[in-house]
Amino acid sequence: MDLRFSPEENAFRQEVRSFFQTEIPLSIRSKSIEGRHLTKEDIVTTQKTLHKKGWAVYNWPKEWGGTEWTPVQQYIFLEEMQANGVPPPLAFNTSMNGPVIIQFGTEAQKKKFLPRMASLDDWWCQGFSEPGSGSDLASLKTTAVRQGDHYIVNGQKTWTTLAQYADWIFCLVRTDPNAKKQLGISYIVFPMTSPGVTRRPIQLIDGGSEVNEVFFDDVKVPVENLIGEEHRGWDCAKFLLGNERFGIARVGVSKMRVARIKELAKRVPSNGGSLMEDPQFAEKVALAEVELKALEMTQMRFLAAERGNKSGKPNPATSMLKLKGSEIQQTVTELLMELAGPLAIPYANDEDDMIGHNAPPIGAEWAAPAAPTYFNYRKVSIYGGSNEIQRNILAKAVLGF
Amino acid sequence: MDFDLSEEQQLLKDNVERLTAARYAEVKTRTSLMKSPKGYSEALWKEFAEMGLLAIPFAEEHGGMGQGAVETMLVGEAFGRAQVLEPYFPTVILAGSALRLGASEAMKAAVLPEVAAGTLTLAFAHQEPEARFDLANVATTAKADGKGGYVLEGAKCVVLGGDSADKLVVSARVSGDRKSKDGLVLFLVDADAAGVTRKGYPTQDGTRAADVTLSGVKVGADAVIGDAGKAYPVIERTVQNGIAYLAAEAVGGMTALHELTVEYLKTRKQFGVPIGSFQVLQHRSVDMFVSVEQARSMAYYACVMIDEPDESERRRAMHAVKVQIGKSARHVGQEAIQLHGGIGMTMEYKGGHYFKRLTMIDLMFGNADHHLRELTKAGGLLAA
Repeated sequence: MDLRFSPEENAFRQEVRSFFQTEIPLSIRSKSIEGRHLTKEDIVTTQKTLHKKGWAVYNWPKEWGGTEWTPVQQYIFLEEMQANGVPPPLAFNTSMNGPVIIQFGTEAQKKKFLPRMASLDDWWCQGFSEPGSGSDLASLKTTAVRQGDHYIVNGQKTWTTLAQYADWIFCLVRTDPNAKKQLGISYIVFPMTSPGVTRRPIQLIDGGSEVNEVFFDDVKVPVENLIGEEHRGWDCAKFLLGNERFGIARVGVSKMRVARIKELAKRVPSNGGSLMEDPQFAEKVALAEVELKALEMTQMRFLAAERGNKSGKPNPATSMLKLKGSEIQQTVTELLMELAGPLAIPYANDEDDMIGHNAPPIGAEWAAPAAPTYFNYRKVSIYGGSNEIQRNILAKAVLGF
Repeated sequence: MDFDLSEEQQLLKDNVERLTAARYAEVKTRTSLMKSPKGYSEALWKEFAEMGLLAIPFAEEHGGMGQGAVETMLVGEAFGRAQVLEPYFPTVILAGSALRLGASEAMKAAVLPEVAAGTLTLAFAHQEPEARFDLANVATTAKADGKGGYVLEGAKCVVLGGDSADKLVVSARVSGDRKSKDGLVLFLVDADAAGVTRKGYPTQDGTRAADVTLSGVKVGADAVIGDAGKAYPVIERTVQNGIAYLAAEAVGGMTALHELTVEYLKTRKQFGVPIGSFQVLQHRSVDMFVSVEQARSMAYYACVMIDEPDESERRRAMHAVKVQIGKSARHVGQEAIQLHGGIGMTMEYKGGHYFKRLTMIDLMFGNADHHLRELTKAGGLLAA
């Protein structure tokens, strides 16, 4: 047992860190660190820079531009990315749809989609959730009816993140209405510019509109856009959901936020001293740090176990990373809001801005994103399989209930 | 970065687990040992010696195995799982660390081989009634007798394993006021030396302890551990080693208690179904699992940090470890009793034994609140 990083791993960390700090513009990184909103251009610029370096799709097979990094290297990469406020490669492209197409797609589909997905020349969005299908995803109702060489798609998706930027959508649709729930679903992809696709942004409690409703009204999709076998889309969905296990705890992001809270708290007055000298606040911060350290070690343990995992099946215990990671992210964003105190109260929003909170702040600039971030982060225990679903998974797969 | 055990470590883990599981298979073995004169099995202590468990942290030239924190963690975890009563923690971990880290070559050469061989038990007589969790708070005095020796006066309380130990590692003050970190000294004192009075008693967790009165106890210069007046760092590191071990023991206990709870939920039937089919109970046992795993992670972290040369980093890490252990142990213990219902309340069932030991572990050498406060005062874990 050697719980320290090897010299090679430390050198790798150094290489990654210095690349992030020199090649990714500070103007972009400081937005992430300060909780301000990133534009589409910020995300595209970053991914293109990473792509040039060969790192945007580090998790893909070498043949399609991957790196063959060890799990520990991948962890270090993510941690440095989060700690330095580097916007991650677009998850819909690189960790969701990309791996599905690599696993289930035809050679022609791989050649057509993967390169532009890696470079973010195409922005993808995810069409899974529907108004009536949240945690019970397999109850989805959007239909795709085969007519010659096409499917005709009708229905509605919701919570479609950043659909306003998207060029393409990957979608779960019902192709066999008579089959049992999971068995009649297919995974298809099509352009967001297809006739019959309509988007409506949904304003969230943080004031922004990062999610959308997407309506399909007789959308014509060529049969060649089916990924994997017809009616077997649930296999793709399960594969996709099991894929993003590390990094979802976002330990690096929470660490960066805690460090920022401690720095800012030294400047916020409280009871004749600084807020950092207020034992009640300082102990809450310290407790978050303890839990974060424990989670970091847990993540390392699961990661190390992953090397011995040849089955390709996700270790269900990694649901714990989502569970605990989301709780800590929420604790930390809550602390940030408590830190801002009354300065968190003003609400600045530009209603014309689709995504939101880009309006000039009212009052202290550092405090302006505190409440919106707190509100926004209530989502992390809901999306990606709610924490209750994660508990169901752990109860069944780990505890054997 | 790897969490794999070496072949020897795996063998050690398997052997300790097998032996202690066999010797403590029945709850009534434990309850009857608790009532025996020493409160533990001398025969099992011999077996520990034969397996080399008592030699683990000591240098080879002192009869030891020259092993480290990972090995004592494996022992602690197995002992926590089996709920052993033998005084491994007081002898090998606490007093053993004080000697290992502070004593002269001559003292180590004289004493440690006997500890490793299982012929000498020790206790760490440091806690005083007024000190609570303040490690520097020592009122016991050591007055120089002018011939290089000292005379000890004072009272120690809740000396773990103190009623049966052959020798005591006693802290005292040669100078400074009562809460000062300067002026402390450690002695190795025969437990039956003239002037030492011990009042032994059982503890809540089934082990034993003693209150020790020192009245005109004469010790020679050769009884001093390290430099007189400069013992605080040794005391602090001894306690840090204690925390690392307790973390492992608590993880062993929590893991077993959680397994026991899940098993119970699957077999106990009410309303015609196993109560484990109720989602509320499943979710609560998942939350227990999360607490256990977070604690396990911090037990590993303790192994990483226990020999960290930067003392500020080491100190902050060990505070963090004890915070997590205390929080997890409290949560897992309370939930385990609640999920068991009535059966969790009896001494005839092992669950209660785990719960009581886990509860006491939090109270030893600083509870979660204490260590959170200390960690906060030290600036937390991350640099701002």
